[in-house]
Amino acid sequence: MSYEKDLEEFEPVIGLETHVELGTASKMFCGCATEFGAEPNTQTCPVCLGLPGSLPVVNAKSIESAIRIGLALHCDIATWCRFARKNYFYPDMPKNFQTSQYDEPLCTDGYLDVDVDGSVVRVPIERVHLEEDTGKTLHVGGATGRIHGATHSLVDYNRAGIPLVEIVTKPVVGTGVKAAAVAKAYVAELRDVLRGLEVSDVRMEQGSLRCDVNTSLNRPGEPWGTRTETKNVNSLRSVERAVRSEVERQAALLRSGGRITQETRHFHEDTGTTSPGRSKEEATDYRYFPEPDLVPVAPDPAWVKELKEALPEAPSVARKRLVGRLGLSDLDAAAMVNAGVLDLVLATTQAGAPAAEARNWWLGHLAQSANAAGVEAGELAITPAQVARVVELVAAGDLTAGLAKQVVDGVLAGEGSPDDVIAARGLAVVKDEGALTAAVEAALAADPDAAEKVRGGKVAAVGALVGRVMKETRGQADAAAVRVLLLDKLGVSD
Amino acid sequence: MTDLTRLTAVETREAITSGQASAVEVAQAHLDRIAAVDDRVHAFLHVDADGALAQAKRVDAGEITGPLAGVPLALKDVMTMEGIPTTCGSRILEGWRPPYDATVTARLKAAGVVILGKTNMDEFAMGSSTEHSAYGPTRNPWDLDRIPGGSGGGSSAALASYQAPLAIGTDTGGSIRQPASVTGTVGVKPTYGGVSRYGLVAFSSSLDQAGPCARTVLDAALLHEVIAGHDPRDSTSIDAPVPPVVDAARLRDVTGLRIGVVKELQGDGYEAGVTARFEEAVETLRGLGATVSEVSCPHFDYALPAYYLIAPSEASSNLARFDAVRYGLRVGDDGVASLEEVMAKTRAVGFGAEVKRRIILGTYALSSGYYDAYYGQAQKVRTLITRDFQAAWSQVDVLVAPTCPTVAFPLGAKLEDPLAMYKQDICSIPANLYGGPAASFPAGLSDGLPVGLQVMAPTLREDLLYQVGGALEAALPAQAPTLSWES
Repeated sequence: MSYEKDLEEFEPVIGLETHVELGTASKMFCGCATEFGAEPNTQTCPVCLGLPGSLPVVNAKSIESAIRIGLALHCDIATWCRFARKNYFYPDMPKNFQTSQYDEPLCTDGYLDVDVDGSVVRVPIERVHLEEDTGKTLHVGGATGRIHGATHSLVDYNRAGIPLVEIVTKPVVGTGVKAAAVAKAYVAELRDVLRGLEVSDVRMEQGSLRCDVNTSLNRPGEPWGTRTETKNVNSLRSVERAVRSEVERQAALLRSGGRITQETRHFHEDTGTTSPGRSKEEATDYRYFPEPDLVPVAPDPAWVKELKEALPEAPSVARKRLVGRLGLSDLDAAAMVNAGVLDLVLATTQAGAPAAEARNWWLGHLAQSANAAGVEAGELAITPAQVARVVELVAAGDLTAGLAKQVVDGVLAGEGSPDDVIAARGLAVVKDEGALTAAVEAALAADPDAAEKVRGGKVAAVGALVGRVMKETRGQADAAAVRVLLLDKLGVSD
Repeated sequence: MTDLTRLTAVETREAITSGQASAVEVAQAHLDRIAAVDDRVHAFLHVDADGALAQAKRVDAGEITGPLAGVPLALKDVMTMEGIPTTCGSRILEGWRPPYDATVTARLKAAGVVILGKTNMDEFAMGSSTEHSAYGPTRNPWDLDRIPGGSGGGSSAALASYQAPLAIGTDTGGSIRQPASVTGTVGVKPTYGGVSRYGLVAFSSSLDQAGPCARTVLDAALLHEVIAGHDPRDSTSIDAPVPPVVDAARLRDVTGLRIGVVKELQGDGYEAGVTARFEEAVETLRGLGATVSEVSCPHFDYALPAYYLIAPSEASSNLARFDAVRYGLRVGDDGVASLEEVMAKTRAVGFGAEVKRRIILGTYALSSGYYDAYYGQAQKVRTLITRDFQAAWSQVDVLVAPTCPTVAFPLGAKLEDPLAMYKQDICSIPANLYGGPAASFPAGLSDGLPVGLQVMAPTLREDLLYQVGGALEAALPAQAPTLSWES
């Protein structure tokens, strides 16, 4: 791991551009549906296909959503702004220009506070603007699925014209070794804010939340370095890995006297590394100009004020409030934020589990499971309600701690609900006193030495006997109850 | 029986309602007329005989009524019509049949208007002679060796050769008014946003405006009323009542109206015959009770260069969609050529020289590093021209000028000299940059060729145009082409 060492020598500057597909029922400039996963080219019309003569009309809901996002990110909302055309040729863009915003964005100059290792980092926001999404191109016949080497390409315009909000940070400086964690925490917090606003389903794996990460390095006291823009960063974990990978690559290059090229780089999920895309030096001149087919957007300040007052509680505030109410410590809260499980813990408590139990599951066995699988805890195939059910069964004495883990593993493996797994695997606690007494008798008979030691005052030796009973009952007995039973039989107390 | 093709729209409707002729007979008479003369005029690119007769039958069955029900019309080929070829005079759209009606088309259909077909035009409305059509030029019915104006030469020639009593044009820098001027017909460019652009294949979005063309002022007003009005599909459409254009056309009185003659739109470069007819028309209006004064609009001198930055800039973006991917022409797709190669080849073959010239001009004007000096500066000029108009409205009710500095010129005369061609629109462009309404009305002949008087009014004051046009029409001697080539 050279990342930490690299950031002793270099200072990182990061920046994030996030694209959010709004969850509006219809597209940005026409009435077409926006449902994900429909048959290709079934959600299209003359407008989103850019047919000659067609004209855009702005979806008012998209403006409202973008303003609410801006307000939640503490931005100034423009009193007058325009859309602009970004001109470039690409077959998934029906008009060969994208209707976007350029020098007159809807929202500017805000910030988002994110929690990293218990301390708050303020990420400054440059702008929030609205634009339309492009279609999707599928390159067929090549080895890589990239355009290079493909024999032909198929285009699906269902996505073309879906409203997209672009959220751009200002350069984030002074994060040092926390750079990668800050990047990840920012995207996670942003996702939570957007989810709270109910403006998008923010599913990174479906592309409704997409992220580009800018990274540069400079030696202390020197001007900022040349930045690269890493595209295709499609999970929270990848955001962190992309920053780490770029830091390590750039540091190695700088150390060997090389020069960073300003370019777009592609992130590869499989290797966790980036490869060069197109160079900015040969970048297209987008020939932006104000979109003449649309009238300027001039949100009424009174309406903006109403939207601001109706904003939901920020996730960070809600978390702080709930954490306090549940009696968890700030340190616990920080650990849960870092692991990305705080909301899961809170949801588990809402489903009825005591806070401490919920915390232990999500920071313990479930965090380990997620780590082993290389996914975020939230992506595990278990719901907070299911975790709460397991906690409930343990509390009722129907499961032991060991059995509970087996039940959870069954749920994670897709075997159904906790009750399904218990039934299928036969994991219920042995409560039959007769069977248990028999097992205890058998254990005492099998290991008289241990029994003697316990009688002689060496209580710890009871462990060997408990083990035998548990083995006999295939782990379905309650170990604590077994221990009490054994000590009883031997006439010893703790 | 009277020749149904010689009737005005008003007379046609009267003939239908009085039972003198059926709508089908009217439609058939015009289809016959097209069959008889259009091989020489070449006003139409596509004739929709079946659709026209079917619509006429609906009118005869009483399914649609209204002042223009059963009246034939020629639709400029820049306007979409479901299932009917729309080429914009370009090879690149060859074979494309739009799956939807333009709002104008839909309103015409709903009003019972019988759409005969699609008329020829300069490719993507770029030109002043219709010689830039990829499908060959249209000829002026007054003299077949001369141009019918452009870009809407097909529509104006259809009117002047009695192939249709009504037509739709579009005007970005004069494409309704200049053809009207050189064919002795009436052409009105409404206020920008007065008529929906939905389905009008864009040349320059901030300037394009569809409008009515006819042989009489009242006919134009009736057509205006059918196509104008707010359309939620066009964001730039104005949500306001349509000005009372029909009443204004019937008024035939300009008593007390203050008319301003634009100082900058006369003098050098204007043909003597044009100037003479123009001055005579102004004197006629004075005689009818209007007051006349000269008004200076100093920034009009910069209108042409500003226009030739703004319109090509927008066009370079609007025409980017013609890329062989989704519709229209595709050239060089041999399974080996790359996407970029197919796009480039298709555009090289599909676009004519004038369109390419303007795409290059506009691409350059919008380029990084040049934007402020060209596009940005042109927008400032546009603002100054708007201020000239606003200042004028404090002195006068309407402005007048010749529509065009010349009468119809011979085919080919300006084809090799783009700048000379561009200057055809020197008088018409200011109104487009401002956005207010403007019209061309017949103002007599110069050496047997028509001259047009242009009237410009404040935004949403189309009624003033029709008031002046109606009065002038009643006061000037009737004029009609001899059509000597027919015999």
